[in-house]
Amino acid sequence: MLRYVIKRLLSLMISLIVASAVIFLAIEVVPGDPAAYMLGLNAQEDTLAALREQLGLNGTIAQRYGDWISGMLVGDFGTSYTYRTPVVEMIRERMWISLPLAIYALALSTLIAFPAGIWAASKRGSVTDISVMGVTQLGVAIPNFWFAMLMVLVFAINLRWFSAGGFSGWDSGFFAAVKSLTLPAIALALPQASILARVMRSSLLDTLSEDFIRTARAKGLSKRQALRRHALRNALIPVLTIIGLQFSFLMAGAIIIENVFFLPGLGRLVFQSISARDLIVVESVVMLLVFAVIVVNFAVDIAYAFVDPRLRVQG
Amino acid sequence: MSLLQIENLDLDIHGTPILRGISLSVQAGEIVGVIGESGSGKSMTAFVVMQLLPDGATCSGKVILNQEDVLTLDEDSLCKLRGAQVGMVFQEPMTALNPIQTIGDQVAETILIHEKVSRAEARDRARIALARAELPEDKFPLSRYPFELSGGQRQRVVIAMAIALRPKLLIADEPTTALDVTTQAQILTLLKKLVREDGMGMLMITHDLAVVSDMADEIVIMEKGRIVEAGPAKTLFQTMKHPYSIALFKASGHVPVRTNTATDVPLLEVENVVRDYALPRTKLFAPVSYFRAVNNVNFTIERGESLGLVGESGCGKSTLTRAILGLEEVQSGDIRLGGQPVFAGHKVNRAVRRRMQVVFQDPYGSFNPRHKVARLVSEPFHLLDEPPKGAQKNAAITRSLESVGLTERDADKYIHEFSGGQRQRIAIARALIINPDLIILDEAVSALDVSIRAQILDLLAQLAKDLGLTYLFISHDLSVVRSITDRVLVMKSGEIVEQGPTKQVFDAPRHPYTKSLIAAAPRLPEISVA
Amino acid sequence: MSAAEISLRKAALRSRSLMIGLVLTLVFAGGALISFLWTPYDILTLDIANKIKLPSGAHPLGTDHFGRDILSMIMVGARTSIAVALVAVGIGMGLGVPLGLAAAARKGTFLDELIMRGNDLVFAFPSLLIAIMITAVFGPSALNAIIAIGVFNIPVFARLTRSGALSLWTRDYILSARVAGKGAARISFEHILPNVTNLLIVQGTIQFSLGILAEAGLSYVGLGAQPPIPSWGRMLADSQTMISFAPHMAIFPGMAILLTVLGLNLMGDGLRDLFDPKLRKVGR
Repeated sequence: MLRYVIKRLLSLMISLIVASAVIFLAIEVVPGDPAAYMLGLNAQEDTLAALREQLGLNGTIAQRYGDWISGMLVGDFGTSYTYRTPVVEMIRERMWISLPLAIYALALSTLIAFPAGIWAASKRGSVTDISVMGVTQLGVAIPNFWFAMLMVLVFAINLRWFSAGGFSGWDSGFFAAVKSLTLPAIALALPQASILARVMRSSLLDTLSEDFIRTARAKGLSKRQALRRHALRNALIPVLTIIGLQFSFLMAGAIIIENVFFLPGLGRLVFQSISARDLIVVESVVMLLVFAVIVVNFAVDIAYAFVDPRLRVQG
Repeated sequence: MSLLQIENLDLDIHGTPILRGISLSVQAGEIVGVIGESGSGKSMTAFVVMQLLPDGATCSGKVILNQEDVLTLDEDSLCKLRGAQVGMVFQEPMTALNPIQTIGDQVAETILIHEKVSRAEARDRARIALARAELPEDKFPLSRYPFELSGGQRQRVVIAMAIALRPKLLIADEPTTALDVTTQAQILTLLKKLVREDGMGMLMITHDLAVVSDMADEIVIMEKGRIVEAGPAKTLFQTMKHPYSIALFKASGHVPVRTNTATDVPLLEVENVVRDYALPRTKLFAPVSYFRAVNNVNFTIERGESLGLVGESGCGKSTLTRAILGLEEVQSGDIRLGGQPVFAGHKVNRAVRRRMQVVFQDPYGSFNPRHKVARLVSEPFHLLDEPPKGAQKNAAITRSLESVGLTERDADKYIHEFSGGQRQRIAIARALIINPDLIILDEAVSALDVSIRAQILDLLAQLAKDLGLTYLFISHDLSVVRSITDRVLVMKSGEIVEQGPTKQVFDAPRHPYTKSLIAAAPRLPEISVA
Repeated sequence: MSAAEISLRKAALRSRSLMIGLVLTLVFAGGALISFLWTPYDILTLDIANKIKLPSGAHPLGTDHFGRDILSMIMVGARTSIAVALVAVGIGMGLGVPLGLAAAARKGTFLDELIMRGNDLVFAFPSLLIAIMITAVFGPSALNAIIAIGVFNIPVFARLTRSGALSLWTRDYILSARVAGKGAARISFEHILPNVTNLLIVQGTIQFSLGILAEAGLSYVGLGAQPPIPSWGRMLADSQTMISFAPHMAIFPGMAILLTVLGLNLMGDGLRDLFDPKLRKVGR
């Protein structure tokens, strides 16, 4: 088990290093002179020089990359050129919207998908199965931001159950804050839940056709018992993979959905920074999101080991 | 009153008739062997008793177990019956166990599902069941996972699960087909012992006549969903009348008529061959360790000879085959064909390679399903510097197809249009097309039904005579090797432990391993059938 | 035509999801094609007098805030969606399939490891992040969307090809080809590729539909096609502030995305059932 964890940790480190290098190259090296890019065509030479100094653009590429990484390790993401504030503060504030939203959506999606997928698989070919498959077929096809707009139309504008957008802030109380994240979370979760339910169903059906299920039935287990005791845990392995992948889609989706609900999260920050040509902020946010995705995938790898003894023993 | 009484059983699956008019009975303490080739419905008969049938299955007739007709029972009563009254052992031990649950938990589950006992007590009884299946706890703790066990050991776990509650009837569906001969003999002995100890009845399904004749009290022979002959094992082979039974018996012990074409000119020379594989690291920074799959192997095949290579799975025979074919380079030693090395430097010697061909075991996996037979058969032409084209090529294809009993018309078909036996003929045609000197037959008849196997063996004998071919015949099946080879090598753990003329090795084995192999092989009763 | 082909054809006609999917896909692809020659109205001409009209005889799907005909916009928008998604699938297949074939042919070597780790890395960058980075540096355009979605498709096809190819490499017919002296590259193209095409076609339709969704999302946040090129995502972005009094501006483009994606998914499912002999119930 230890060996497996060490191996995964090592691969986590390598992924982070390579990913950060890719981001650094794309944003700081490809544009040529980021300072000139950020200031536009009419920049004065002395302002340019000052910005270069402030951004630390005067060293070699390797040096600058090293500075960037070591800065991030101690929580220094640099200073936003447009807002003149440390990037880490801007991110910290907004992360408290985007991250809870993604987690809320992931929880919803899993809570909906597991029972739906298991239910459909256990009654294969029945009306239940066909309706679950039909609904999820729609769910997979619906663009989440459009679904969000329709929910605003129905639940905020017509029924007035929720506000059409904005975030009440965590200071206004936990439930108020959760309520303002509920429509966005549903909009994010339903399409993902549809995918997950379908994966759960097909993975369970595959497992149910395995020889060891027949063995379990020969021992006297009913279909239901065989499903619960033997099929479910085995079917979980591909489902975990999808949950790991979904987190990255949920982070990305959250950025889009924030736009629909006017939530001041990382998504809003990144689009404002793009229009303001504030490369430092864009770079930091992208790095943070990639970091989150890589860490979640590491967690999924560890979860595999809990499900599958072969990984625990052989690594 | 019989323990199991099947009366006039019919089975249809989605309207297709599978079984017709099956009647048989099993008494307590009796072993009934059901034998038949693929498609005879023998396994389905077993699943009817368990009522574990695929969707769309409908049965009629009576299946009376312990005075109850299982065909009339509801699902709840069937669950109470399965595992408690009837235990079942399956063909594929590698997939029959839940890969992520310990063997102790899986055996204990049989008990927990049927009786209200504590977890600890169930585990105690699981321990006993595993010990009875000869997996004592000191060597095989209950906390083992299936992937830590060999095929034979896994089969013992399945047996422990089946007998944990001392059922009255044990059903074994080809329980040893996937196992090596020595393991097969041990498992059969174990099953016999358990049946005698518990006074169980046993329904044993198999394709292997020799296995049942060794073991069963009563034998039932099935063909195409019907029983064609049944009787006591002791006398059935003398008294059988049905043409199918007689044909089956003859095919099982078939010995093709062979002409000795052996010369004393060496064709293939294998000298001091060693093949190592790097093992995956067990510790993060440990040095790479190696597994020696083939260790210092020496032998020669004379031109025109048929040489057998026998050994159990993992003995290195496949690795050796790959080395001879030049698919993998050896660490040391020489392999020469007609005096020419298979590997020249680190490159494969094409001039040598085109002089040997191979026929594999699996008639279904040996062909690209998207190509027509003409293209499949002519693939070895790739080895020639100037392969024939046009009419010349077609003539070669036709010639090779006709030499294996197929026709020119078959060249234009896809492989899925052929049966297993026909596919094996096509595989032989493919091997013959570039007129090789040596043909390696790698378990080439192992996947075939006995009657088809007999035909292919005859074909091989005929081709050897007509074309002066040299065979290297690799198999785990001793009776086949005995019937088709002049000399035999016995391989164990990467080494040749014994070699000599086939008759001599089989009649008077010298090495203890050879002795155990021959003792383990099930034998047909030696009677002559008219 | 062989018996197998005939039975495959019959099964295709019987498959309801395949047929519905095909029809939906053809409707939108057809709309896109027709829009090159003719649309009910010119989408570049503004008609402020007729702005925000609900559906009527003259404008079956109504008009937008500049008085442009929504049906015409959707037809032209289909071009953008289909073109972006199709090219992105092309990029994914064109690079991913050879990488997957190479990784499988050299299984367990450094090359295989490199390709697979590279795949994992790209998976950490959802299309949206790639698009954000490109846009931050080069500014927004439809090309960004193509690159961002295409890059994300590469590991999808590489993994699928590799896993499909790995199971084929263990077949005896590959061994036969090797005995016939064929090299890894030749075997990959002659024996492996034709036998993974079915997998690739199914995955291709699925990635196509995901590409349409991703393109819509990118255009919606302004990272994709720029005005005046119409795109479904942009139409939805424009409609957002007017949704309370002009819901038709939001509903119809959204329906277009939903139905196209649904059509492609149904087609993918249908094709998979058709190709998968385990699920196929055709008399042999």
